[in-house]
Amino acid sequence: MANVELDVEFLALPLDAVRSAALERARALGCEHAEARIERIRSQVVSLRDGRLETSADDLELGLGLRVVHEGSFGFAATVELDADAAAALADEAVATARATAPAVSERVELADEPAHGEAVWTSSYDLDPAEVPTAEKVALLEDWSGRLLHSPGVDHVTAYVLTVVEDKHYADLSGTVTTQRRVRVHPVAEAIAVDAEAGGFETMRTLAPPAGRGWEYLLGEGWDWDGELASIPGHLAEKLHAPSVTPGAYDLVIDPTNLWLTIHESIGHATELDRAMGYEAAYAGTSFAAFDKLGTLAYGSKVMNVTGDRTVEHGLATVAYDDEGVEAQSFDLIRDGVLVGYQLDRRIARLMGLGRSNGCAFADSPGHTPIQRMANVSLRPAPGHGPSTEELISAVDDGFYVVGDKSWSIDMQRYNFQFTGQRFFRIEKGKLAGQVRDLAYQSRTTDFWGAMQAVGGESTYRLGGAFNCGKGQPGQVAPVSHGCPSALFRGINVLNTRTESGR
Amino acid sequence: MSAGTGRLIAADRVVDQVLEASRSDGCVVIVEEVSQAELRFANNTVTTNGTRRDRDVTVIALRETEGGTAAGTASSSGATDVVNLVRRAEANAAAAQPAEDAAPLVAPGRSDPGSDFADPPVMTALSGLGDVLLGLGDAFARASAAGVRLAGFAEHHVSTVYLGSSTGLRLRYVEPTGKLEAVARADGGTRSAWVSTGASDLAAVHVEELKERLDRRLSWGERKLDLDAGRYEVVLPPDAVADLVFLLGEATSGREAEEGRSVFSAPGGATRVGESLSPHPFSLRSDPFAEGLECTPFLVTGASGQDVSVFDNGLPLERTEWISGGRLARLQYHRAGATRSGVEPAALANNLILELPGATSTLDDLVGRIERGLLLTCLWYIREVDPTTLLVTGLTRDGVYLVEHGEIVASVNNFRFNESPVDLLSKTIEAGRTERALSREWNEYLNRTAMPSLRVAEFNMSSVSPAT
Repeated sequence: MANVELDVEFLALPLDAVRSAALERARALGCEHAEARIERIRSQVVSLRDGRLETSADDLELGLGLRVVHEGSFGFAATVELDADAAAALADEAVATARATAPAVSERVELADEPAHGEAVWTSSYDLDPAEVPTAEKVALLEDWSGRLLHSPGVDHVTAYVLTVVEDKHYADLSGTVTTQRRVRVHPVAEAIAVDAEAGGFETMRTLAPPAGRGWEYLLGEGWDWDGELASIPGHLAEKLHAPSVTPGAYDLVIDPTNLWLTIHESIGHATELDRAMGYEAAYAGTSFAAFDKLGTLAYGSKVMNVTGDRTVEHGLATVAYDDEGVEAQSFDLIRDGVLVGYQLDRRIARLMGLGRSNGCAFADSPGHTPIQRMANVSLRPAPGHGPSTEELISAVDDGFYVVGDKSWSIDMQRYNFQFTGQRFFRIEKGKLAGQVRDLAYQSRTTDFWGAMQAVGGESTYRLGGAFNCGKGQPGQVAPVSHGCPSALFRGINVLNTRTESGR
Repeated sequence: MSAGTGRLIAADRVVDQVLEASRSDGCVVIVEEVSQAELRFANNTVTTNGTRRDRDVTVIALRETEGGTAAGTASSSGATDVVNLVRRAEANAAAAQPAEDAAPLVAPGRSDPGSDFADPPVMTALSGLGDVLLGLGDAFARASAAGVRLAGFAEHHVSTVYLGSSTGLRLRYVEPTGKLEAVARADGGTRSAWVSTGASDLAAVHVEELKERLDRRLSWGERKLDLDAGRYEVVLPPDAVADLVFLLGEATSGREAEEGRSVFSAPGGATRVGESLSPHPFSLRSDPFAEGLECTPFLVTGASGQDVSVFDNGLPLERTEWISGGRLARLQYHRAGATRSGVEPAALANNLILELPGATSTLDDLVGRIERGLLLTCLWYIREVDPTTLLVTGLTRDGVYLVEHGEIVASVNNFRFNESPVDLLSKTIEAGRTERALSREWNEYLNRTAMPSLRVAEFNMSSVSPAT
């Protein structure tokens, strides 16, 4: 890949000495597998409230995590002491943990084969390292954004913040794979609030700009039209505050990619994690209706539904070159022509279920946590060729809503029943937009919903959405992930009124 | 770079080094030492495990400037390069405007809390999981034989915090936190139950006792029945009450209420403090000295928020009633905000207690008095839908039971609910005695809770969930 520039300070750490000490000791202790990760994660939050700085905090996390497989049991240990003696002692600790838990291990751990990749380096696609941008510049930019909103009629309060993460990771395992990778991501957000001081109540309107695997250039306009979006928010907010409350019922929905990405995340992304489907997350995140015995036959959705998982898309939040088990990044089909054809895998589950090679979905969110199966960029493909525009999809609706931007979300532990709200909902009457409504939530079951997808938009409607904070596992781990999708048309979806739901 | 390499020096020395390196007009340093052991299981086998040693050093630098005091924060894990860390915090302070939450740093006071300051952090290890490791192997074998699959998580976490500042403040506190959660699934996952225990010490927690509680709940599910969505009388055990009441605690922002953007806002910039929220004289409080729920008795924060300020680090936390006698009594304010609003500062502690004074009934007593209703043993995936009413949505999980004439008669399908935790208090028919509870949804954020069982009218089951 072009432009691979690793950080000089990270490379100046005793990476080689520390991981070698850990791995050599693990080998001497008879481990059949061991992987060491030295990670440095630099993150920062700058947040403003009504144009005034509320918090400016930056954090630097540095540590070593070591996972071993010893006589068929995992053992994991982590420390923040980065020297060779501590690393060797960590191997003893990880093996002791594997031994101590072995009597309660009834399923021997074996990992799917993966070729050794030798030494490899990679960086994500970005121009400006956000950790190198002075805090004053970040504050000034958010002050400018806040000011534009605050000075608009009808805006009472503004929250603006940016999260930035620069993650440097050095990985090595007993097979001889040694990778050094850098991922950069940013999440800027501005939200305007309008208060109805006399009647009580309030409404909000937030930027739709997704978090992205980009650098500070994203906030300067590379990949997003901030000026245009900030200028449009006060008008959208004022309209929403005075919009009629929605009448519940079954309606056709055109869902914008700024909302649909989250529905994909919850109802497809998590449902196609094979560890979940096999019951390994039953106590916490849950299982999946997409049971393994339905692989190749489950009618997930309509014929226009094609979903892939990938670690490769440029600016994707889950994009890397190698995962935390040394598996090379791949792209793979999950749903083809509406039928379930694949799952996301790590090396243990790939071997256990006889699926061959892992597709590279093992990640730990920090050096202090053990790798678990985490989501790839799971994306809904647009219509091939010159597919419809969003306007063309809207024109096919007689009586319905156009849903834009994500807000509230919830889905059950088997990924059937979900409920989502959004930033704004436009009435569609006879193929035309007819102003906003408020208090709308849509509720459905996963296979009903995707089965009701009559059309997907073309490439021109395709956008990457995503989140920094997808949660999974115990202790909880967060992972960044992107989801690409076009606009799409759904027929006869149940729409609720959230005021009525609260009994008001 | 301000994370160095090599071995760790003592935490109290790090505090001294930071304060010696500080060139700012005021400085606060927080060293948090963490030691953790954990064990996860599913499908009757241990899956992941781990032990972890962590240290985080946070420096807050203050800068006097025209119009007030600016603050900047930087933190780093591991063997910190102290001088670099302090300079980063100072650079952030240099870039900052005068802080709205500025207040004089907390001075040393009261008794002599600093006498243990040089003590080392308290560590845990796999042995901190008590008999869980020993008990699981046997529990797995018996579950397998009975066609039951166990999944769950055990964790012991000890945080030792050292807080120092340029005023001479030196505080140390050890906060141990443990939990064991388990799900039993039978009949291919269509019959399931969840139980848990939260405790600072897992030595008193036994797998065998947990397994008995699971078996009791599983036995309720042998007869199955399908019910439609609708409004039901329900009874919630303390764990499920904790799932909803946690969100009440989170909603007590004074600033949001005054700005008109919270369920506790009243028209015209006023708040609902003083308003009755329930016909019952409920007390909702946080209390660092509550027996069995003891937690850090002073404020520690590395970042300011709308009601919490870095300037208030070290402020003594006291028993604070957020709801008293069924009325909204207090909202959160940092000192600067409290001064502006003419109220007393108030902050949440790391525990939360809901109590109906005088209540003595158990969950079984409440169930026994239901003519027809649902027992919801646990809730899941709870998210805010409408902040103006604090309407939240979520699902029932791992055990919903139909109660008729005071008896559990069948297990029923799961539901999606849309309800407000504020309305929960107003719709309560009856509350039981308060006991230690563990929220399934939020226990990673708040382990220390004590809640009553509640019987609630007209709980809104919005739709059926086919999930099992």
